[in-house]
Amino acid sequence: MHIDPAEVESLLPLPPATFHILLALAEDERHGYAIILDVLSRTGGAVRLSAGTLYRSIQRMQEQGLIEESRRRPAPDEDDERRRYYLLTPFGAAVARAEARRLTQLVRLARESGFAPGKA
Amino acid sequence: MRLYRLLLRLYPTSFRHEYGEEMIRLFDERRRRAAGGVDRLGLWLESLRDALVTAPRVHLDILAQDLRYTRRTLARTPGFAVAAVVVMALGIGATTAVFSVADRVLLRPLPFEDPQRLVQVWESVPGYPLLEPAPVNYRDWKAMASSFDQLEAHVEQSVNLVRADPIRVDGAALTGGLLPMLGVAPALGRFFTEEESRHGGPDVVIVSDRLWQRAFGADAAILGTPLKLDDRTYTIVGVMPREFHFPDRTTDLWVPLTFEPSMFVDGDNNFLRVLGRLKPGATLEGARAEMEAVATALQQVRPKENAQTLAALRRLEDQVSWQSRLLLRVLAGASLCLLLIASTNLASLLLTRFAARRRELTVRAALGAGRERLTRQLLTESLALSLLGGASGVGVAYVATPLLARLVPTNLPVPDATVLDPRVLLVAAAVTIVTGIAFGVLPAWRISRGARTISLREGARGSAGGRERLRAALVTAQIAASIALLVATVLLARALGRVQSVDPGFQAAGVLTLRTALPFERYQTTSSRVRFYDGVLAGVSALPGVSAAAYTSFTPLIMRGGIWPVEMPGLAPQDVDVHTASLRFLTPKYFAALDIPILQGRDFSPSDTFDAPFVAVVSESFAKRYWPDGSPLGRTFTIAFDERTIVGVAGDVRVRGLEQTSEPQVYVPYTQVRDGWMPYYVPKDLLIRTAGDPLALVPAVRQIVRAADPELPVADIRSMEDVVALQTAPRRTQTAVLGLFAGMALLLAAIGLHGLLSFGVSQRRQEIGVRIALGAPRANVLRLVLRESAMLAVLGGVAGLALAYAAARGFDSLLAGVQPNDPWTYAGAAFVTVLVTLSGSLVPALRALRVDPVGALRAE
Repeated sequence: MHIDPAEVESLLPLPPATFHILLALAEDERHGYAIILDVLSRTGGAVRLSAGTLYRSIQRMQEQGLIEESRRRPAPDEDDERRRYYLLTPFGAAVARAEARRLTQLVRLARESGFAPGKA
Repeated sequence: MRLYRLLLRLYPTSFRHEYGEEMIRLFDERRRRAAGGVDRLGLWLESLRDALVTAPRVHLDILAQDLRYTRRTLARTPGFAVAAVVVMALGIGATTAVFSVADRVLLRPLPFEDPQRLVQVWESVPGYPLLEPAPVNYRDWKAMASSFDQLEAHVEQSVNLVRADPIRVDGAALTGGLLPMLGVAPALGRFFTEEESRHGGPDVVIVSDRLWQRAFGADAAILGTPLKLDDRTYTIVGVMPREFHFPDRTTDLWVPLTFEPSMFVDGDNNFLRVLGRLKPGATLEGARAEMEAVATALQQVRPKENAQTLAALRRLEDQVSWQSRLLLRVLAGASLCLLLIASTNLASLLLTRFAARRRELTVRAALGAGRERLTRQLLTESLALSLLGGASGVGVAYVATPLLARLVPTNLPVPDATVLDPRVLLVAAAVTIVTGIAFGVLPAWRISRGARTISLREGARGSAGGRERLRAALVTAQIAASIALLVATVLLARALGRVQSVDPGFQAAGVLTLRTALPFERYQTTSSRVRFYDGVLAGVSALPGVSAAAYTSFTPLIMRGGIWPVEMPGLAPQDVDVHTASLRFLTPKYFAALDIPILQGRDFSPSDTFDAPFVAVVSESFAKRYWPDGSPLGRTFTIAFDERTIVGVAGDVRVRGLEQTSEPQVYVPYTQVRDGWMPYYVPKDLLIRTAGDPLALVPAVRQIVRAADPELPVADIRSMEDVVALQTAPRRTQTAVLGLFAGMALLLAAIGLHGLLSFGVSQRRQEIGVRIALGAPRANVLRLVLRESAMLAVLGGVAGLALAYAAARGFDSLLAGVQPNDPWTYAGAAFVTVLVTLSGSLVPALRALRVDPVGALRAE
C-alpha cells in the first residue's frame, strides 16, 4: 500500500488524544475500554480519556484512515461478542512515526535552547 | 443507565449508532468499579461534562467532513455546481430585489411615530372626493373635532434658493405642530417655536439633510445662518435627519405655515393639506362619523361655499395608489414564481445528481453510513449550494434594486429603496436557508430511504420510478409557472403598448421644458412679468433651430391640477364643481411650441393686452360640452374672475396623464389678469421647440435667463419626450422585469425538462436497446420519449394558462383595456410551451434514437 508523505504531513501535529490512541494500538488491537486503561497506565495515571473524547477521536481516526475496526476476533474465551476492536493501519503507523519524529525534533530544539530537563 | 442513554442523545445518530453501545458498556464498567456514592456522583458529573463538551465537537467534525466532501464532489462536477448556483442566484436575487422595493411601499410602517394614527382630512364635494381643504374649514374643524390629538396643515411651497448659482428647491410650509406630531426629532437644532408659528412671526426655516449636504457642505455650524428664499431672508433653525421625508421624498425645506386673517374669508380657497393624529383609542370610523357631523354643521354656517362640502378621512399610510400596490404585487408574485422555479430546478438537479451517484451512496450506506448520516451529507450539499447561490443572489439584488426603485412613488415619505438594508438581507438569508433545506431535504430524504432498500447490484432500478414521478411533478410546476409569467408579461406589454400609443394631444419630440419660477413679491405686476418674458422669449427664439417658444402656467403631464370653475348664464350654481376646466395663462406661440392644432379661430397675439377685450382659447372638448351644435367662436363665459370671449379652439391635451381623463382646457393670455391676482397661475414653465436636440439648448437658455434675472434658478429641465416617457416608466420597468423573469423561467423550465428526459433515456437505455434489437421502428422509440414530454407539457401548459387567467383577472385594472382572456396571448403562450417542450426534448430524443442495442445489452 502506497503512503503519501504529503497526506501524512497534512495531519500533523496530531491532537494528544489521537497520538495516545495510536500508541495504545501499536502493539495490539484493542477495544475502547482497553485503550483507556492502556493510556492510563502508560502515562502513569496522568491522561484519562473520557468516553466522548475517545470515541470522537476514534470516529475521526477511522475517517482519516489511521485505524480501522478489526475483523479478526480475539480468542473466543476472552472475546466479548459485541465489543469493537480497533487496529492500527499502515498509514496510521506512518503518521504515528512522523508525529514521534516531529516531537523528537521539537525536544532537540528545546534542549539546544537549554529548556529541556535532564542533560543540559 | 437509562439516564446515560438519554445523555448520549446529544450525539449525532450515526455516532450513537456506531459507538453508543460501547460507551454504555464503558460507563457501566466504571460504575461498577466506583466504590461509593461520592465516586458515582463524580462519575456522573464527569460523564455529563464529557457529553456536553464532546457532543458538539462530534457534530462539527461531521459538518467539516461533509463540507470537505461537498467541496470535492462539487469540484468534480463544476458544470453542475455552476448551474445550481446560477439558478439559485437568479431566484434569490430577483426575490430579494423585489422585496426590498415592496418592503418600503407595502409592508413597512411609515417612518413616523405611531403612523397608523396619522390621518389625512380632505374636503369632499360631488365629483371631487379628495379636495384640498380651505383654511376657514381647517380652522373650524380644528376647533370642533375632538377625535384628534392634533390637526395640522401643510402646503407645498417651492422656492428659489438665491445664491451665486441659484437653485429651485421643493419645500413645504407647515403649521407649528406638524413636525412634532410626526415624532421625528431634528438632527440639528429645533422645531419652530410658538412665536415663529404665528402670523407675522420671524422668518425661519428647517432644511433637509440632503439640502444641508448639497448646499452647505454638511456644515455643523449652519444654525442661525441666513438663507435667501425668493425675496425674503430666513434663518436656519434646524436640520432634519437623513431618513426624514415629508410630505414628499423631494421636499428639501420647511417653513412655518401661518394664516393672515383674510385667508379665513373665502371658503372656496382650497389649497391646504390637513393631517391629524387620532387620539389614542380613537378609531378612524369614529373620527369619520364625527367629521361628518362637523362638516354638516358647517354647511349651515357657510351655506353658499359649503353647500355640498363634507369631510373625507384617509390614513396617511393608505395614500399609496392602488396602481402602485398592484404593480408591486404582480412583481412580487412573479418573483416568487421565479424563486419556485429556481428551487424546483435545484431540487431537480440534486435529484439527477443523486441518481447518478446512487451507487456511491448505496456503497456508503452499506458501509454503515446510516440514513441520518447520508441525509446530513446531502443536506450539507444542498445548503452549501443554496448559500453560494444566495450570496450571489444578493449581488444580483444589489445591482437590480436601483433599477426597480422607480416603482416607488415619489410622493411617498419613505427613503429610496436603493440600498440593501439588514432587513432585506435577513429575508434573503431566510429564503436561501429555507429553499436550501426544503429542496435539499426532499431529495435527500427520498434517496436515503431508497438507499436502505436498493441492492448493490449494478444496474438496479431501485426506487427510480418514484423519483421520476417527483421530478416530473417539479417540471410540470415549472412549465406552469413559466407559462403564467409569460402570459402576464405579454398582457402587460400589450397594455403598455396601448398606453404608449395614446396621443397626449401634442408633439413631444424636439421640445424642451424648464421652470423659471418668478418670486411673486418682486413680480406682482403684469408689466414687470411681461418685461421678463419678453426678454427671455426674444433671446430663446433667436437661438438657432428654435421655431417657437412660449411660457405657460404649467406644463401638461407634469402639473395636473390648476383647475378653475367655469361660469356662464344658464349653469346651475350647485353644479359649480362639475363645470370646471384646466386653466392656463399663456404667452403667444404656446400652441406652436407644443404643436397643438388650432382647429378654429386663432392663437393669442401681442395685441391681446390688458386693455384689449379679454379673450380665451378653449379645447375641443370644452367647445363640445357647451356648444355641441354651433361654433363657439365669439361666445363668452367667465373664468378667473373675468368674462372672456372665445377666439380660438385648440386640440384636446391629456393634461392629467395618458391613463387619466382630463378636464376640458381653457387658455387665456398672460397679460389679461389684474396685478397681484392669481399668483399660482403666473406662467413659469418655458416650452421651446427646436429642430435639434432639445437638451443641447440648455446652456444658452441658462445664460438668457441669467441675463433677464440673475437670481432666478433654472429648474426641472427635461425634454418633453422624457416627460411623456416618464408617464409609462413604472409600467415599462414592470414589463421589462416581468419579461426578464418569464424568459429566465422558460429557460429554466426547458433545462428542467431536458434534465428529466435525459435522465429517463439514460435509465431506460437497456429497455430502448431491447426494443430496437427486437425491431421496433425508430418512430416508436421517439414516441416513447416524446409521449412523456408531451404529457408534461399539456399538464403544465393547461395549469399555467389557468393560473395566468386567474392572475390576469387579479390585475385586470392594470391592463388598460386589454382583455385578461385575450385569445391571441393565450394561443401564443401555448405555442411557446410547445417550442420549449420541443427544445427540451430534442437532445434526449436524439440520444434515445442513437442507442446502440448491442452496447446497451452488453452493459447489462
